[in-house]
Amino acid sequence: MNYADLFRATLPELALELAALLVLVVDLGFLRKAALNLRVAVAALLGVLGCAAALWVLPFQGHGFVTPGTGELLLSAGGSAAVAQVGILLLTALTLLLLADATFTKHVGEFVSVVLMAAAGALLVAAAQDLLVIFIGLELLSLGLYILTAFAKRSGASAEAAIKYYLFGGMSAAFLLFGFSYLYGIAGSTNLYHIVLAVNGLQGMHTAPLLFVALVMVAAGLGFKVAAVPFHLWAPDAYEGAPAPAAAFIASVSKVAGFALLISIGTAALHVYGSFQEIFRIEPQSHTLVAREYAGFGVPWSLLLLILAVASMTVGNLAALAQISVRRLLAYSAMAHGGYTLLALGFFSYSPMSARAILYYVLTYGLTTVGAFGVVGVVEKATGSDRLDAFAGLSRRNPLLSAVLLVLFLSLAGIPPLVGFWAKFNLFAAILRVYATGAGLGLVVLAIAMSAVSLYYYLQVLKRAFVMPAVDETPIALHPVTMAVLLLTTLGVVVLGCFPELLQGWIAGFYPGM
Amino acid sequence: MLAWTIYLSFAGALAQALLPKGRPALARWLALVVAIAGLVLALAGFAAGMGPSHFARITIVDKQWVPSMGIHYLLAADGISLVLVLLTGLAAVAGVLFSWNIEHRTKEFFAFYLALIGGVYGVFLSFDFFLLFVFYEIAIVPKYFLIAIWGSTRREYGAMKLALYSFVGSAMVLIGLLAAYARSGGHSTGLDALAHAGLPVSFQMWAFPLVFTGFAILAGMWPFHTWAPTGHVAAPTAASMLLAGVVMKLGAYGCLRVAISLFPHGMDPWGFSLLGIGSWRDVFAVLAVIGIVYGALVALAQQDFKFVIGYSSVSHMGFVLLGLMTLNQIGMTGAVLQMYSHGVIAGLLFAIVGRIVYERTHTRQLADLETMHLSKRLPFAAWVFVIAGIASMGLPGFSGFVAELQVLVGAWVAKPGWMIAAGVGIVVGVAYTWRALQRAFFSDVSPGTHVHEQEHSLAAITVPEIAGVGLLMTATLIVGLYPRILLEAIEPAVKTLLAGGGQ
Repeated sequence: MNYADLFRATLPELALELAALLVLVVDLGFLRKAALNLRVAVAALLGVLGCAAALWVLPFQGHGFVTPGTGELLLSAGGSAAVAQVGILLLTALTLLLLADATFTKHVGEFVSVVLMAAAGALLVAAAQDLLVIFIGLELLSLGLYILTAFAKRSGASAEAAIKYYLFGGMSAAFLLFGFSYLYGIAGSTNLYHIVLAVNGLQGMHTAPLLFVALVMVAAGLGFKVAAVPFHLWAPDAYEGAPAPAAAFIASVSKVAGFALLISIGTAALHVYGSFQEIFRIEPQSHTLVAREYAGFGVPWSLLLLILAVASMTVGNLAALAQISVRRLLAYSAMAHGGYTLLALGFFSYSPMSARAILYYVLTYGLTTVGAFGVVGVVEKATGSDRLDAFAGLSRRNPLLSAVLLVLFLSLAGIPPLVGFWAKFNLFAAILRVYATGAGLGLVVLAIAMSAVSLYYYLQVLKRAFVMPAVDETPIALHPVTMAVLLLTTLGVVVLGCFPELLQGWIAGFYPGM
Repeated sequence: MLAWTIYLSFAGALAQALLPKGRPALARWLALVVAIAGLVLALAGFAAGMGPSHFARITIVDKQWVPSMGIHYLLAADGISLVLVLLTGLAAVAGVLFSWNIEHRTKEFFAFYLALIGGVYGVFLSFDFFLLFVFYEIAIVPKYFLIAIWGSTRREYGAMKLALYSFVGSAMVLIGLLAAYARSGGHSTGLDALAHAGLPVSFQMWAFPLVFTGFAILAGMWPFHTWAPTGHVAAPTAASMLLAGVVMKLGAYGCLRVAISLFPHGMDPWGFSLLGIGSWRDVFAVLAVIGIVYGALVALAQQDFKFVIGYSSVSHMGFVLLGLMTLNQIGMTGAVLQMYSHGVIAGLLFAIVGRIVYERTHTRQLADLETMHLSKRLPFAAWVFVIAGIASMGLPGFSGFVAELQVLVGAWVAKPGWMIAAGVGIVVGVAYTWRALQRAFFSDVSPGTHVHEQEHSLAAITVPEIAGVGLLMTATLIVGLYPRILLEAIEPAVKTLLAGGGQ
């Protein structure tokens, strides 16, 4: 075992863990008696610096970590993993900045360090190529999330949400581990590459029923992580009960990590076949280059993902129509967005096109959601509620805040030229370019129809903010840092929407090394 | 140069949002200046087209927008675009003039208003399917807020209905766009490129009705028209002028520029016929004819003055769709001219009903208006409505006459049955216009028991109102008396389109 290599491959995680310890030492060691404001500022700043340090060391990871002697990739670096990691670090930093005027806890040091440790888990998940590393990363991430959900100790809802989240999470981890054990039994290896290789050689063999059981279990475990219907029951409660920055973290960072893992499963085959010549074929009639169809662990896997996708899109969008709490509305809309992404994962192709489109979608969705939770947090603080009615007259109480809300929610609804529209267009185009007829087309049609439904509930919030009169006309004040974060996300949503090539080119730039 | 109509409008919207609070006069003048600048640019663009180029298609901007997906920022203009841009300029200026009395959240009103105008200009100038779609969607959101905040009767219902209908329509268009893009190999979203991509007939057979219906929802095609009357009635005057004047044209324009030019084989015969309907073309033509007659009949039965105009819009837009489905030179030229004509005339009618009459009498019920002797107390409104009504009925001398005549001739050439049915619609059109005119302005019903209750004098007609009426009236008269001025622009563009796509 070469520890220097391992050290190098996990540099960003190490940076985050060190920052987490530093935050604890500084906050508990030196600032015990200091004012809450100062402690929050110092802790958040240190956390952001930790993220910056992790970003800085990201390029020094080399080519990932290979278990010596076996040639098995344990942790990948570069490619989709790097894109996801950069996204995770940036979103974590934004979440930490949302803490600026937090009053829900006195234990800021612990909060920030748990966020950083969970983010380290997320980084690990995004890079993992081995079942055991995947599981460890997921547990590190999840344990952090349970604690964060419960952090508002004075709130009953927070405790309730955390216990629900924890129970569901524990159950899903058991399922996942069970499924992993079968996969190991089939392939004789815990490495994704070997498993995909073994599974693809298995089609039609008598061990196939075992594979089905294994994949159903794995899908249940991972479906829980990305809040796919029917494993979504924790999400509305967790989104509603958790403190706003924690909810933003759950909604963005853990989503990015979960989908990055699903992409890893999809792209494991790219490593199997290696060269791109194999990946493309020439369409005989039109002489156009078409990416070949492919699906992760084989046909049952994509079928499972598609079932989850259809259920998530439908239930998420329809249930969101009936919500009166904006946080719960965001939770259901998160399921819907997860559903679109799962659709693209179900119709994964050999080409990098799918991975790019999914990363684009997840990253921009994370950005938008962090902003959305920022706005919800501010409104909640001013009115004491996250009900739809709490947003009434927002455009007169704080025009800037309402403008931010307008941009972010319209982006979530997929109105151009905002980034949410691009993400959807990109995602659906990636599916249709490989699966232009039959089920591919049919499910894209369903997805677009469902996203037409979604405009209704986003407009319900915007209607409160712009159309309805305020019950209470007092202006809402904003902490300058919160304002800066919100403006930054809004700017990102608008600029990336108007110039999509910026992000697309950047993501594509990571691929040659893959 | 024409591209600046778009940029100016969006910049104007942004500037409105940044204006200091509590300065409504400033917001109004800024909006007027921006709208007039747009109109001047549109006129200049039109005049430039009249030059030696004879309305050949000109490319305004062509830049790579998203190279990896083959999406271009491609703005261009042919005769059809120029006419519709001109219409947008006219409607925008008139709309500002007729919203001169908006005092509630003025700057926000004009911010949404100008954003809507910018989106509309963008649609008419886009020659990339993707770009067109982006502008098309941009126009949805301001519509919602304009109606929901500043509207009247059941405004939140009307606004939400309009937004959802529009969004469902655009979802259908998006499916068509994505499918066509993927089918053609994912190289380009340019309208020309897609038209020449050789999309298979079987594909066009389902893509055409999907995209056509998606756009036609916004053009008020029966049976998807129900958003139109409720939306028009709920909207503030300027917004209903824009809705009827230009937004419905977005739908019709999309049908023409996208559905018909990209998927021409979608209108091929199916190979069998059911009740005389043997292709998608027949289906949509029949729906258009039903829209003409149905809209007119329902308008005949309305008690609310604004609903009369709302349903008349459905009827008049039926002529546009019928003209498109004739697929011959004269019919399609007539359809485009009818877009212009209806845009101007409907704007005028909504201005009279929503602004000039309603703001003074505070009622739109014909039964109430009957008792008010408006022809004596508001002679200006009465006479303007007489003229606008005549124009709306399609009497010679106004743009509507030329347009509807051409559509009818086109329909006769294509299928005489369509023309006869549409002719019935014209007769009913005369009836509902006269009925509304008679009951609202020239009725002699005495107020009955509450004598002289409302006989206090009504506010005088203001200068912006006269200016707006003058502008729209001139616009319809000039074209009515000398239609060649627009036909010269429209005809070559229609010819190219019929000959198979772009240049």
